[in-house]
Amino acid sequence: MTETLKISNLHVAVEGKPILSGVNLTIHRGEVHALMGPNGSGKSTLAGAIMGHPKLEITEGTIELDGRSILEWDTSERARAGVFMAFQRPMAIPGVKMADFLRHATTNVRYPSRKEGEQLIPMREFRKELREKMAQLRMDEEFARRYVNDGFSGGEMKRAEILQMAMLRPKFAVLDETDSGLDVDAVKLASQSIAEIGGAEMGILIITHHDRLLEHNVPDFTHVMLGGRIVETGGVELARELYTEGYDQVRARHPEDAAIEKEMTSIEKKVASGAA
Amino acid sequence: MATDLQTMPLDSQDVLGEINKYNFVTETHGIFKARKGLNEHIVSEISEMKREPAWMRDFRLNALKVFESKPMPRWGGAINIDFQDIYYYLKPTTHQGKTWDDVPQEIKETFDKLGIPEAEKKFLAGVKAQFESEVVYGSLSEDLAKKGVIFTDTDTAVREHGDLVREYIGTIIPPEDNKFAALNSAVWSGGSFIYVPKGVKIEFPLQAYFRINAERMGQFERTFIIVDEGAEVHYVEGCTAPMYSSESLHSAVVEIIVRRGARCRYTTIQNWANNIYNLVTKRAVAYGDSLMEWIDGNLGSRLTMKYPAVYMMEPGARGEILSIAFASKGQHQDAGAKVVHCAPHTKSRIISKSISKNGGRSSYRGLCKVQDGAVGSKSSVVCDALILDPRSRSDTYPYIEVEEQDVQVEHEASVSRIGEEQLFYLKSRGLTEAEASSMIVSGFIEPLVKELPMEYAVEMNRLIELQMEGSVG
Repeated sequence: MTETLKISNLHVAVEGKPILSGVNLTIHRGEVHALMGPNGSGKSTLAGAIMGHPKLEITEGTIELDGRSILEWDTSERARAGVFMAFQRPMAIPGVKMADFLRHATTNVRYPSRKEGEQLIPMREFRKELREKMAQLRMDEEFARRYVNDGFSGGEMKRAEILQMAMLRPKFAVLDETDSGLDVDAVKLASQSIAEIGGAEMGILIITHHDRLLEHNVPDFTHVMLGGRIVETGGVELARELYTEGYDQVRARHPEDAAIEKEMTSIEKKVASGAA
Repeated sequence: MATDLQTMPLDSQDVLGEINKYNFVTETHGIFKARKGLNEHIVSEISEMKREPAWMRDFRLNALKVFESKPMPRWGGAINIDFQDIYYYLKPTTHQGKTWDDVPQEIKETFDKLGIPEAEKKFLAGVKAQFESEVVYGSLSEDLAKKGVIFTDTDTAVREHGDLVREYIGTIIPPEDNKFAALNSAVWSGGSFIYVPKGVKIEFPLQAYFRINAERMGQFERTFIIVDEGAEVHYVEGCTAPMYSSESLHSAVVEIIVRRGARCRYTTIQNWANNIYNLVTKRAVAYGDSLMEWIDGNLGSRLTMKYPAVYMMEPGARGEILSIAFASKGQHQDAGAKVVHCAPHTKSRIISKSISKNGGRSSYRGLCKVQDGAVGSKSSVVCDALILDPRSRSDTYPYIEVEEQDVQVEHEASVSRIGEEQLFYLKSRGLTEAEASSMIVSGFIEPLVKELPMEYAVEMNRLIELQMEGSVG
């Protein structure tokens, strides 16, 4: 059986206000899914819910990894089980070097039963792998010595997220607007990198406004989110349509969801900075 | 059995961070223990035991009068000490060892556990180990002795370099300075006396280790360092004590003279048990183009009040103070720094970082003073506080007195809490909540830890990790 990440009838609220209202989505390993939709439709909330953001309250529905509910799992446990999220706005951790952080993270994710204080993967082995991955992403070696996301440019942050994904080798990855703030070349590089890293091993959910990131990661499915629900699912052609035509036609096809979207936009704006 | 590694019984259920390699008690048979309490008789007795010259006995007796006349400080933390319920002097051995084999077995084992002989072999130029009131072991590399470097305990210095001690003792910190400086002046014992001759640059650190072992014991070492013109020294002190149910007192005085063009770096890493009052006065005077650096790591203790000071006396003098304070449950770290610009074109920098956790309280208290005429002086003060939970507290008390126009004085303070978003980010990479907090804290103090020699940086990180263990509740 292929491993799956299955989201069923998911309802999520933030500070008592409903954001997602019945999301259904199943991702198999090896598949690429694109998730599109206007701002405030709940895309980032879905990403946060998958990773277990503490501010998000699951009011109904399930998220299952290979048939087991992960809703009760701590974020750290989800990560160790192979779930990854590339943040739209990664946090800076001043004073902590990328290499030290990554060595710790990589060890924990690869050896999920590791207890606090137990050995990390050997330095030599780790450095070699990190160097290879950084070369693949065309990152300067100096990068590993910098403090995590501290003073990074937008592009550097996004590349650092991809580097983390490459090192952690998750089963399922959610990329939350990994293309935002990047120039054309940077998106192209990111797109290539994701494809190289992902391959047949990973199930990927790409949240994006554009189709550029999809150039090397042709989606098997494209989903459109509106007003806290997935209202349409199609193939790659849907992604192109949305990118060129915008969301007005989708809104016209789903007037009820469009009405909910309108109401919600003001709410999501308030919480967007806090809740992923 | 000479040494008992058993953890002392503890009345508090939450003493995480205390159950560590420092918390053990050594059974010893001290040679002489002065009676509890403080009066002229006891002070004279200490002086007699040490066979001191009359001038030193008089210095002590005078200081006792000053101590008695001074009120307790009305600021800082709550001090609840019964001065008559403390042992002021405990002589652990008959003489000081020149090799570790000369040191009584049980005391040697204590320092073995603390890793001192091992560190000495690896990277130190000289060591002093003080147990209770007296220095029980002393060494100095032969090469440095030949160059005229003096590194001895202060008692020996009174006997062997009496004129030097008499000329300088109490000149930087007179007994009148504060109540605890007076107390130290009356009952002081042990501490290091260092003289580095002109132009001698000591490459490896000199280290002193202070261990309080007995209950209700007061430790009052007195350290004096003179770094002559163009000379350089790095002195490191470490301090620990086991956990008892009653309070103990550590009240040291450290006086330093840094002459023209010299450099002195004084590093402290203390990890006192939670029942120690740590009330210490440290001050340096820095002359032309010299550099005085205090690096101060304050962990443990019930209350620490400590504000290392640099008085910049001549043009070009510089003072730098880096400090970390970690306050956990039942602890108050009232720590900071003092820089006084007495001459033109002097420069100072204070970086202070504090971490409060589990109901602990840390305060930064600092003075930056620029005297009239100290034109072109520059001072920068940065204090950052990190608060780990809502029960903990941090305060900042910066005092700035500038009597001169043409100067540059900067003060920055920040208080941050470990953010939910930072924790979420790190946890999304497989770190547990405890590992994530620990990582944020180690990043927070990294700018300071990187100033330490490697061995001490490792120790410092380890101590912080111990403090962080079980921080999630």
